[in-house]
Amino acid sequence: MLNFMLRRLLSAIPTLFILIALAFMLIRAAPGGPFDSEKQLPVEIEANLRTAYHLDEPLYQQFGRYLANLARGDFGPSFQYRDFSVTELIRSGFPVSLRLGGLAMLLALIVGISAGAYAALRQNSAADYSVMTVMMVGISIPNFVVAPLLILLFAVGLRWLPAGGLGDGEARHLLLPVIALAMPQIAYIARLMRGSMIEVLRSPFIRTARAQGLSMPRIIVQHALKPALLPVISYLGPATAAVITGSVVIEQIFGIPGLGRFFVQGALNRDYTLVMGVVVFYGSLIIVFNFFVDLVYGWLDPRVRL
Amino acid sequence: MRHLNIFASSVRLSCFAVVAVLFVGCGGNGAGSPTAAVEIGGPSGTELAVDQTLHVGNGTGPQTLDPHRAEGVPSSNILRDLFEGLTLEAPDGSVVPGAAESWDISADGLVYTFYLREDAQWSNSDPVTAEDFVFSLRRSVDPATMSHYSSILEPIVNAMAVITGKKSPAELGVEALDALTLVIRLQRPTAYFPGLLTHSTMYPVHRASVEQYGNQFAREGRLIGNGAYTLNEWVVQSHIKLIRNKFYRDDVNTTIDSVYYYPIESQDAELKRFRADELDITEEIPYQQLTWIRENLGDQLVISPYLGSYYFGFNMTREPFQNNPQLRRALSLAIDREIITSRITNAGELPAFGWVPQVANYSPVVPEWAGWSQAERDVEAQRLYAEAGYSADKPLKIELLYNTSANHKRLSVAIASMWKQTLGVETELLNQEWKVFLETRQLKKTTQVFRGGWIGDYNDAFTFSQLMHSANAMNHPGYSSPRYDELIERAAGETNLSTRADILNQAERVLLEDMPIIPVYFYVSKHLVKSWVGGRKPNIMDHHYTKNFYILKH
Amino acid sequence: MQQPMGRSLWYDAWAVLRRNRAAITALIILAAFSIAVIVGPWFSSYSIDATDWDNISIAPTISGGHWFGTDALGRDLLVRTLQGGRISLLVGIVATLVSLVIGITYGAVSGYLGGRVDQVMMRIVDILYALPFMFLVILLMVFFGRNILLIFVAIGAINWLDMARIVRGQTLSLKNQEFIEAARAGGVTTAHIIRRHIVPNLLGVVAVYVTLTIPQVILVESFLSFLGLGVQEPMTSWGALVNEGAQEMENAPWMLIFPAIFLTITLFCFNFLGDGLRDALDPRDRGASL
Repeated sequence: MLNFMLRRLLSAIPTLFILIALAFMLIRAAPGGPFDSEKQLPVEIEANLRTAYHLDEPLYQQFGRYLANLARGDFGPSFQYRDFSVTELIRSGFPVSLRLGGLAMLLALIVGISAGAYAALRQNSAADYSVMTVMMVGISIPNFVVAPLLILLFAVGLRWLPAGGLGDGEARHLLLPVIALAMPQIAYIARLMRGSMIEVLRSPFIRTARAQGLSMPRIIVQHALKPALLPVISYLGPATAAVITGSVVIEQIFGIPGLGRFFVQGALNRDYTLVMGVVVFYGSLIIVFNFFVDLVYGWLDPRVRL
Repeated sequence: MRHLNIFASSVRLSCFAVVAVLFVGCGGNGAGSPTAAVEIGGPSGTELAVDQTLHVGNGTGPQTLDPHRAEGVPSSNILRDLFEGLTLEAPDGSVVPGAAESWDISADGLVYTFYLREDAQWSNSDPVTAEDFVFSLRRSVDPATMSHYSSILEPIVNAMAVITGKKSPAELGVEALDALTLVIRLQRPTAYFPGLLTHSTMYPVHRASVEQYGNQFAREGRLIGNGAYTLNEWVVQSHIKLIRNKFYRDDVNTTIDSVYYYPIESQDAELKRFRADELDITEEIPYQQLTWIRENLGDQLVISPYLGSYYFGFNMTREPFQNNPQLRRALSLAIDREIITSRITNAGELPAFGWVPQVANYSPVVPEWAGWSQAERDVEAQRLYAEAGYSADKPLKIELLYNTSANHKRLSVAIASMWKQTLGVETELLNQEWKVFLETRQLKKTTQVFRGGWIGDYNDAFTFSQLMHSANAMNHPGYSSPRYDELIERAAGETNLSTRADILNQAERVLLEDMPIIPVYFYVSKHLVKSWVGGRKPNIMDHHYTKNFYILKH
Repeated sequence: MQQPMGRSLWYDAWAVLRRNRAAITALIILAAFSIAVIVGPWFSSYSIDATDWDNISIAPTISGGHWFGTDALGRDLLVRTLQGGRISLLVGIVATLVSLVIGITYGAVSGYLGGRVDQVMMRIVDILYALPFMFLVILLMVFFGRNILLIFVAIGAINWLDMARIVRGQTLSLKNQEFIEAARAGGVTTAHIIRRHIVPNLLGVVAVYVTLTIPQVILVESFLSFLGLGVQEPMTSWGALVNEGAQEMENAPWMLIFPAIFLTITLFCFNFLGDGLRDALDPRDRGASL
């Protein structure tokens, strides 16, 4: 077990290195630079800026400098937010994204698992079809349609909830974005859950349990739930990545200062350091997260030997 | 009809989706502008609200609040509240005394002597002195500051030499005679100089804090300004909160207690937040919803002329537009500007037949064809098109480049369609993301026709005229006319204001004859402003100071 | 001896699928949509780029000739919706095919060869998994802004990771089965075994994957349109139309509703079909239900 964990952690280092190199080259290769703007800079000023950000050095040297700084936990200064370091921006944006994404995942898990299990228990009934159809809406209507609809209805029309912004982070500011962000994930999880639950319910050990006269609720909670959750657990990794991606749209529409928005703005502005910072940060996050998913999986499924 | 039947089966399935959309649509319709229970401003119409907090949509977030390094409209909006230059703008846009109580101009128009206010203070109660201005203006042009906009100071003696590193900042033509008297020397008479002083690169910065924190001084908890407000909170991508500066010289006449600026890139999102009463003023409006806004929020829609020209440019350095004035003229004539301003933009933009919009001390050129009907223009366009050697069998094939934006897309599609209908030109539309667009346009290699826009830096024709000088790096068409260049250079050195206007007028006529650009319309500024916001007047620069505003009871 | 499992698998699968009413309905609707978007534009009297300044944002009418109404430039929305369908379905299929080819090859090779090669190949997949997908997509748009198909070839080229993992797993379990071992003993080359024995037996998984990936790619395209990085005008896609419509959902709801119906139903159908196929092709599942 310990051995496995160590091996996985060590193997993350080359992964991370290649990730950084790839991202570094891609963003530099994109046309346009951080100092291009409608009003052109005087040549001398631009030269000064390039020197200040070390853009005048050869690329390998810049990469070396970036790695050295990164090793010290320094993501460098942002090009776009000229008075801020990327570390500061990540520190301010990540908690917001984490809360938004975490709540959305939580909601998706609760609703998705219950709806999926419910549909599985009533397989092929009208209840099954209607639950699954409603769930399917979540993956059939794009986020950028759902979110404005929610705003129109609950903020502009009924005036129950704010139309945007984070306020002081109160629940009412987070409710709509969390719902919009969770919807597609609810759908995926419900489908996974339904499929695996049906499979588990048909397996011999459940039949045995039923033959022994155990009550259905008890069978589900004590025996069926755990194995049925396995596919959902292994989906958590990709789901987190999807929530991060989806949050770009949601953060934009709701005006929430999360990392997703920093990333898109950074990419469009060619804010090299900010984009790199977010990619490296998210990349490491996904690596760590997949690692934990593996651990949980191993804990739930004794067949998987670590 | 037959191919529609195929969908019949699908329509039933999708019923609930439609219902959902319609339901929300209905919910939204009723919520245009809630009729306030309280009459705005109370019975007298002038009663103030207890809570004087203003919420303003501000486009994108500012990159920095260091006035010398800042660029762009969003930061300027905030900096006007945080700092005060030697001059200010009144709500109607006219230039009035700011940090300087008064000033003298020498007879030759080259020496400005400013007399600062005795009671002017920084937000930490330090006095604002002439020395502060000398330090600040030198800092602004110092290449080490890396200002993106310091070329605004160009009229001041030695400014460009300092910016380009040929002279030291100490050689800039500014001098403090005593604590309250400041002298600025210009290279040539500049009528719009007092207006330039309202630009953020001319603002004073607090020397002690700059020296302590360097380029990081403009952060929450550090920034010391001399404006009506001080920085209270800055959460990047969320909001910037300013509160009253109690040391501001005119604080007694300030009403708004705090102002929030929100970076909201999506105009649609901004509109919704305005409708939910979360914003008092928006930065923009979504063009697509203009009709709806007129019908539902008409009384809160504020539109006024704005100092900008929207144009399409030809790449003058390559075929087919190089040395082909007939073709350029044909394409320009074939565009129905009335359709564009009345059906597509439709916010009150003025059709543009010339390059310079209505600015102070200048009468724009109106070419002869501006008086023709579109049918007459089309006939002439077809004649010129044929003269240039194109026909239905041998149509012109071009590529039109624009940057990603719903509005540019609509205009480009419309113009391509007009060229196709009138001349049979086959236009391929090419939409590029902003930074790629800038680079492509700058390279002038593959570009043929491109979208452009120019917002004047100051209220004077020259900010437009100088753009098409062959040496200007932002002359995107690559227009190079010795005659035009010579006129611009003459105008730059001309001391007599009316002679200068004549020369610029002549230059514009040369430009319109050569037609390296197709002027399309002159901009308007478009905002939604809650009816309880008072003290705000539209002006051509679209510059506003929160200190002039107040919120009525509502 | 060639593909005994394959043939009976398909036969049984079709029998199960045929009884799944939702999946069959989905299949029929998808077929109808495909025909409509391919053939439809030829029957229309409007072209996708014909602007009409006197008919801007007209509500749908039968008599007026604009059955779906017009957009903000007076262009007929019906023909644009159909044309948009062509692009959306095309990008969905192209990207999925690209990801399929790469994913199957990669996964089959990795799984079949095993050992060190497998380890290295899967490590590469892990690395690509850690690279935020969005980041690549935005950069690709910047590189290939000109050509939407190229972009989706590229999207397919980075979207093959799931496929590679699934195929690898299947291959691992297949490769020790008797018919493979027999072929190997008979001196057949590795490439030949992969091509003739492993790949055909993966088709079931692949069919499910395809029906579930196409809708995902269509959604990615709509996401790009949201960022303003989608297809070039005057061409359009369902994503682009829905995005435009979402901006005007109150003053011109038809601009949202019609394209959204097409997009939504298509995604619905692909997902239903995918679920149906999964049920039909999963041997364990079938055993239990029969």
